[in-house]
Amino acid sequence: MNTNDALYTYCVRLADTAVILSQRFCEWCGHGPILEEDIAMSNMGLDLIGQARGFYAYAAALENKGRSEDDIAFHRNEREFTNRCMVEQPNYDFAYTMVRSFLHGAAAYLQYRELTKSGDETVSGLAAKSLKEMTYHVRHSSEWLIRLGDGTDESKVRVQNAVDDLWQFTDELFEMDEVDQMLIRNGIACDLTQLRQEWDQMVDEVFSKAGITKPAPGGFQSKGGMKGMHSEHLGHLLSEMQFLQRAYPDAKW
Amino acid sequence: MSNQHQWPAWEVFTQKTDGEAHEHAGNVHAPDAEMALLNARDVYGRRQEAVNIWVVPSSAITASTPDDVGPFFDPANDKMYRWPNYFKTPDGIKQI
Repeated sequence: MNTNDALYTYCVRLADTAVILSQRFCEWCGHGPILEEDIAMSNMGLDLIGQARGFYAYAAALENKGRSEDDIAFHRNEREFTNRCMVEQPNYDFAYTMVRSFLHGAAAYLQYRELTKSGDETVSGLAAKSLKEMTYHVRHSSEWLIRLGDGTDESKVRVQNAVDDLWQFTDELFEMDEVDQMLIRNGIACDLTQLRQEWDQMVDEVFSKAGITKPAPGGFQSKGGMKGMHSEHLGHLLSEMQFLQRAYPDAKW
Repeated sequence: MSNQHQWPAWEVFTQKTDGEAHEHAGNVHAPDAEMALLNARDVYGRRQEAVNIWVVPSSAITASTPDDVGPFFDPANDKMYRWPNYFKTPDGIKQI
């Protein structure tokens, strides 16, 4: 593996996580609890599509085999997707979507903040744009966590259930492998393990305001998304997301 | 949906560029001011329409009613002297 291959893989991982979470956000379109939230979730989904496009396009350029960003997004199978498993989990309810937006958003915020200092200009540029968006996603979702946690008996139960369910995917947000290590040595990527403490502080602050109990450490942690190991939900998501491009290759609007 | 299940309404005012007056953009529902601001950003500020947003509880606005139209506005009809162009500009003045 050379640096070019590693950077390709790194960009596809970031893009995969963004595009899958985007799909989950956009599933709320037309189903939001109120009009304003419906628009907010679609907006955030579109932010993530923008991030995914940037990183897919850069990956395609690095690969230099004539594939486009669409080819990478729509013509790969489940095992070839390298997103974090948290983002492929179904929405279940609004609390679940907001908790995920917060847990993932805080990690993505920290990662993009570090990547703005990347030695690779395209990565630092894409990170700077994404950082502004993730700043908003974190603000939006943390306000909701506080209100749901401090709201009615039902909202409190739902938000705590979502935290308890999603917690098994939190270690994976900071998982790294040889791709990361190589790019860290070259000054392109950042060390996620060093961001964990700050992430925990962000989580603790919002959970304490919201009255949410943080799950005890030591519970089961799911990993492997970056290696293509996924939950059963990703295949179903892809069948919907990729249908049009698979059924009508190169279809244009 | 009955009103008791609706969050309060907030009027949204957006400023298009620095120094310009805030203009009424529309309204949103939200449980409190912070959420109203976020909702206003998503509904009225997502296409770079604004550099600043105000949200004001709709209940804080006192409006004139349709019945006020006569007494409020009609008297201006026959008072042309309230318009500056009613007065002739002296010939010597080049700029006003």
